[in-house]
Order: sequence, then C-alpha cells, then structure tokens
Amino acid sequence: MSTPILTVAPAGAWNLDLVHSRVDFEVSYLAGRFKGEFHEIGAELTVDGSRASLEGTAQVASVDVKDENLSAHLQSPDFFDAERHPELRFAAQDIPLDGDGKVSVDGELTIKGVTKPVAVTGTVTAPISDPYGNDRIGLNLTTKIDRTDFGVDWNNPLPSGEPSLANDVTILAELQFVKPGGETS
Amino acid sequence: MTRILGISGSLRRDSHNTSLLRAAAEAARPDVELELYDGLKQVPPYDEDDDVYPRAASVARLNAAIANADAVLFATPEYNASIPGQLKNAIDWVSRPVATNVLRNKPVLVVGASTGAFGAAWAQAELRKVLAALGARVLDVELPVPHAHTRFEDGGLTDDGIRASLAEAVEALTAEIRGREGMRVVA
Repeated sequence: MSTPILTVAPAGAWNLDLVHSRVDFEVSYLAGRFKGEFHEIGAELTVDGSRASLEGTAQVASVDVKDENLSAHLQSPDFFDAERHPELRFAAQDIPLDGDGKVSVDGELTIKGVTKPVAVTGTVTAPISDPYGNDRIGLNLTTKIDRTDFGVDWNNPLPSGEPSLANDVTILAELQFVKPGGETS
Repeated sequence: MTRILGISGSLRRDSHNTSLLRAAAEAARPDVELELYDGLKQVPPYDEDDDVYPRAASVARLNAAIANADAVLFATPEYNASIPGQLKNAIDWVSRPVATNVLRNKPVLVVGASTGAFGAAWAQAELRKVLAALGARVLDVELPVPHAHTRFEDGGLTDDGIRASLAEAVEALTAEIRGREGMRVVA
C-alpha cells in the first residue's frame, strides 16, 4: 500500500488559475506530431473530503495553431464546427486527492456535440500554500480519443493511400486551481 | 424569406444544369427564393497579382451574391471527370482570403446533370470536397441526373422522380438554413 502523500484539501469550489493552466492537443500528421492549444478555457474543481469533481470547457474559436487558414479550417464543419458547437466540455467525478498523487478516472468528454466516456490518467499535486495566501492544487490530465467517435472525420490520403491525419488524438490539460485564503475557509 | 443562390457550372445557354436549377426553384417552398446567378462567365482567370481591392466588378458581384444568400445550390456538369474550370476558378476567387471567405459556414448543396450514364457524380464529389475545404456546411447529398438530354423538354424537367429528389434535396438545404438561424456566429 502506498503512503498517502496528499493532505486533505479545503472543501468547496476551487477556481482555475488561467495564467498557469493550459489545454493542448496532439495528433500525428504527415511525418510528425501536430500540436495546438485552446487559449480560452474554464474549469472548476469541487472538493468534498478526499474526492474532487472537475468540470471544464475550452472554446473552439480560441484554438491556436500558428496559421489563420488552418485555424479557420479547424472551426469549419470539416473539424469542430464551431458555429454549431462552440465549446468542448469535460467532466469527471471522484478524482482521488488522498492517494499517491496518481489519477486514473473515467470522465465524459463532449466534442462537436457528441458526449463519450473517456479514460483519463495523470497526476494531482498536493495542496500547497502559495506566497500570496492562497491554497493551490495542480492537476495534470491526459486522455487519448479517437476523433472519429466524435464526428471529426476529415482526412486527406497520402500518395500511398494511407491517411495523412491520425484518428487518435491526445488531449492534455495542465491545470492549477486556487482557493483564495484557503487556510481560513 | 429564405434566399438561395443557384450557381450553374455550365455556361451554355440551354444548359441542363441551369435547367435543373430552374426546376429546383419551382420545387422549392413558396417562402424560398432561388436566384440564378448569371455572371459566372465574366469572372476572370484567378491571378494573385489581380487579387487586390477593390476587386474586379465581376468578382465583387459574385462574392456579394454569395454573402447575401442564406445558402448556395451548385449544379455542375462533369468535364473530364471533374469540375468545369470556370466554376472552380470562380470558387478559387471567392475562397480568398481563406480564413474569412464568404462560403465559410454557408450551407451548400451540390447537384449535377450530365448526358452520360453517371450524372456528373465525380464532379459533384469533387465540388463537395472543394467546398468543405473552404469551410462550407456541405450537405451530404448526391443528386446525379444521368442522360440529361432525355430529362428536359424546352428547358423544363420532365422526370418526376428527379423532381421529387430535387424537392427533397432543396428541403434539406432549407432545413439546414433554419438550423443555422439563431446560432452564435463565431468570428
């Protein structure tokens, strides 16, 4: 049995520290890995005893992939269809805060209006006190999905006939949550 | 009033594809106005050196016609297993700049007629691919009209089966427009 290394976090809602959090995706494309980031994200962590639940969103329109034409293509019905489905959503219950820091939970991910269960792994960092009088929890989560399960089907065959864009996409969320004046709450 | 712009990929005066668009206009519900675009022939060859503002009047007019329509219905013939050059050329013009082009999120329907046995099926597939790449909301509908010279008389559609399919396809396009109304437009 592993020794618990996490202390009990103050109960209640914890707010996302937007500056020190990010949500990225990675997918194999052509001869390498293609990465993008959603700039506008939101999340709330609700702590209840040694368990926490997480709800998060990412705005499709805020995707940053270095090229405006590619960004526009990602907004289109070929990919995320931002006009109809402007938001990606994620929710997970029962994230353990009292284990060895490793997280392995089931969550629900919504892309393009399609909600599917996803297996999420990662780490949770013990609540720490920051220099500004707040409590903080760090949560790093990863999941791998098949984008075609969510209706994101675009592809372009290589001369070999193989698809240029992989179906498997990795989504990475590096999140810090803050509880203002945590020690008194 | 719902406004659909009809663009025929054939420039010929007695074009079967233009006749198909006229038949679509008749098949549409009374609250749907289908306007046939008549300026495709005037669009010059795409040249990035000429792609400066203000653009040529023929290009600006096409761009505005698409922008002002709720949806676009393309009827394409098939030239050598693909899209007619002038239609592709016109789309190349309106595709610029790609990130904000007027076909982005625009509901579009592709139909096609040819005198051959396959009813411009390949050209329709290619046109759907091109339109999807520009970010259009392309209906997953194929409406091939084979042996087109036997389906029209004095420009009027004589085939009731195709008329029914056409009415169904235009209805699907109209539904797509309605589905879009009230949506938040993402810039």
